[in-house]
Amino acid sequence: MSTTITFIIDEVEVKAQKGQTILEAADEAGIYIPRLCAMKDLTPFGSCRVCTVLVNGRPQAACTQPVAPGIVVENNTEKLLNIRKNIIEMLFVEGNHFCMFCEKSGNCELQALAYRLGIDAPAFPYQFPKREIDATHRDIFIDRNRCILCARCVRASRDLDGKNVFQFIGRGPEKRIAVNAQIKLSDTDINLTDKAVDVCPVGAILRKRVGYKVPVGQRLYDHKPIGSEIETR
Amino acid sequence: MSKEVATAVKTICTQCNNDRSRMMDIVRAVQEQFSCVSDEAIDVIARQVSTPRVEVESTVSFYTFLSKTPKGKIVIRLCNDIIDRMNGFDVIANAFKQELGINFGETTPDGKISLEHTACIGMCDQAPAALINNVVVTDLSSDKVRSIVKTLKETGDPQKLVSRLGDGNNANDLVKAMVHNNIRKKGDVVFAFSEFTPNAGLEKALAMSPVEVINEVNTARLRGRGGAGFPAGMKWEFTRNAESGEKYIICNADEGEPGTFKDRVILTELPDRLFEGMTIAGYAIGAENGILYLRGEYAYLYDFLSQMLNERRRQGLLGTDILGKKGLNFDIRIQMGAGAYICGEETALISSCEGLRGDPKNRPPFPAQEGYLKNPTCVNNVETFCCVVSILDKGAAWFSEIGTKQSHGTKLLSVSGDCQSPGVYELPFGITVNELLKEVGAPNAAAVQIGGPSGQMICKDDFNRTICYDDLATGGSVMVFGPERNILDVVDYFMEFFIEESCGYCTPCRAGNVLLKQYLEKIIDGKGEPCDLEVLQDLGETVKTASRCGLGQTSANPILTTLKNFRSAYEALVKKSKDGMQPSFDIQAVLQESQDIAGRKSVHFS
Repeated sequence: MSTTITFIIDEVEVKAQKGQTILEAADEAGIYIPRLCAMKDLTPFGSCRVCTVLVNGRPQAACTQPVAPGIVVENNTEKLLNIRKNIIEMLFVEGNHFCMFCEKSGNCELQALAYRLGIDAPAFPYQFPKREIDATHRDIFIDRNRCILCARCVRASRDLDGKNVFQFIGRGPEKRIAVNAQIKLSDTDINLTDKAVDVCPVGAILRKRVGYKVPVGQRLYDHKPIGSEIETR
Repeated sequence: MSKEVATAVKTICTQCNNDRSRMMDIVRAVQEQFSCVSDEAIDVIARQVSTPRVEVESTVSFYTFLSKTPKGKIVIRLCNDIIDRMNGFDVIANAFKQELGINFGETTPDGKISLEHTACIGMCDQAPAALINNVVVTDLSSDKVRSIVKTLKETGDPQKLVSRLGDGNNANDLVKAMVHNNIRKKGDVVFAFSEFTPNAGLEKALAMSPVEVINEVNTARLRGRGGAGFPAGMKWEFTRNAESGEKYIICNADEGEPGTFKDRVILTELPDRLFEGMTIAGYAIGAENGILYLRGEYAYLYDFLSQMLNERRRQGLLGTDILGKKGLNFDIRIQMGAGAYICGEETALISSCEGLRGDPKNRPPFPAQEGYLKNPTCVNNVETFCCVVSILDKGAAWFSEIGTKQSHGTKLLSVSGDCQSPGVYELPFGITVNELLKEVGAPNAAAVQIGGPSGQMICKDDFNRTICYDDLATGGSVMVFGPERNILDVVDYFMEFFIEESCGYCTPCRAGNVLLKQYLEKIIDGKGEPCDLEVLQDLGETVKTASRCGLGQTSANPILTTLKNFRSAYEALVKKSKDGMQPSFDIQAVLQESQDIAGRKSVHFS
């Protein structure tokens, strides 16, 4: 029995393997579905909701929803683009994001998605939350101001590094990333070779002493919008 | 930390077999013994159950009844839901503050008594109410508060507050609660218990094959009574047909939707029927284990329910070879919650049973395939299990005669707010809101919230609509608001509730509701413009469409349903700006400092 199935994304017929998620199948077909928490090699998490698509008319996260034969997926529609724009704006105002002097600028997926979706400045009111910084570790620091709670570090540390350096504490708007120690990152077993250090889509977990290394003009999203790498496949 | 504390925490863990999945029992016990789950205790627990400490901290930080910092031996949790607010919450809150000399969120200087707010504790029909440790105090007045605080200060024992006991099993020696059942209307399915022979439903079920039992429930077209209305028989079938793993039945007794309290009354008066229903489900699905997930607020029922389970074991109704049927084994344990509305969502409830944060899980896989500890799991509401017993006893055909063509049976409604007789009403599906309002004594109702904050607020024009799955579906919460109530204040409170109860997993629910509330308050403050209504609608639809679970998907309903049904309340408050500036922007206030420095008024904005 063949495990290849076909389904539709925005009127295009897409082939997929049974067991794939809609997002994986779309990536292989060269169709970009915007996402933040989803990342190759990490267990799908479904928290940012940026990849929300309509599957046979019902909203689903493309990163967690498995493909099924004959489903009709809506992706690049005005309604969904508006929802994604709202979500990206929510993420900007619920944290403290300072693109103009963030080390991640130009390589930041949140910033790049904002540009791709045409957000000049968020229309929602800034919340200016008080969030903590942890610079105790020799080589790595956490700036929770810029954290979007995507859990990439949680999953990478647990599933790829075989450690459990990160996990969330609190709930609702008070939810924060915490480390596996009573107080600080330097008391955990994280080190520079950990995958968890490099998966952050924003500037919340960074290596020390390498900020701004890549000159403007050579950064990841300086010339082409995020998603182009998938669309040009 | 003293060595004794470490030893005590270790003992608690050992008593729970150092089982990570029993984290809720462990941290609840530690909290009870030491009034907190301290960093040191977290370290000990983590070592004992072999899990990263941050995982333990994650669970502790999630539930409102648990805390890392010490609380008083006595914690007063005053319910701040909308019905309590309508019944004098402010006066009661002030009385507590004054008598204790502290604010909410604080502990008395002697470290003995903490004062907190809490969301709906399931006592809206006897509001204002509070939980004092596990003791429920209802119908509060300032005088009552004074005497409560006096007794607590003198005795240090909340049990000493118990004086006049409530009706029915509230007066049972193991309950001893001052809570009243307020059963106002007994219907044919659930409360007509005097007409039923105990365990007749179970006996009839055991005379059938499990598949026949499921067929009977399917024929009766029983739908979930918790709110979502999923066909119960189908859920059973999916779970039964799941191939791998030990199967589990879970009863969702995390009745947290503000304004609902009917499950509390079932748990008090009909626990035997509930357990009978769960046993029938266990037989039908092929499960040997059942869990009753009891919300932390109902802890006062724990000993009573445990004893009822023991009694059933003694009678051969639980355990091995039930009612003499060889190989039919089923037992039930009680899992206590610790204060989290989200745990009423079935996958969050499963997470909580597993000892995790109450985060909902991604679907698929659905619980019927992979639920509790990755085993096929069927979660049903308290009332649903009670309906099952009646269906098996009297037959699907009898059940189908009651209610409407599409919605069979009766529904338990918890009615509160501006009405003469708040309480529990068991009524056949198909009753109109008008008929219900007549029944409860609310001739002047101006608005009715059907299904709690996650449901919808309807206006007079809709009072001829019917309560059933195809029209006004509800888990049972009905809040009545008279003409003097300000609807937008109610909406504002509901949004505050959702912000506090969001698990924070997904962006729209975590961040979107905060923004919705801000825009709403801007309008309430008279600083809104007509375009803000569009923002509310747009944001609300984003939250509804993109949120991950039922909580998030319904959390914008207070705003979305009132924008539709009470639009004039919003329109009366918004105005177009005259000078092109947002009404919320005060140019003079902003200019003041520069004008002071310059020593003259602005030329452009005088």
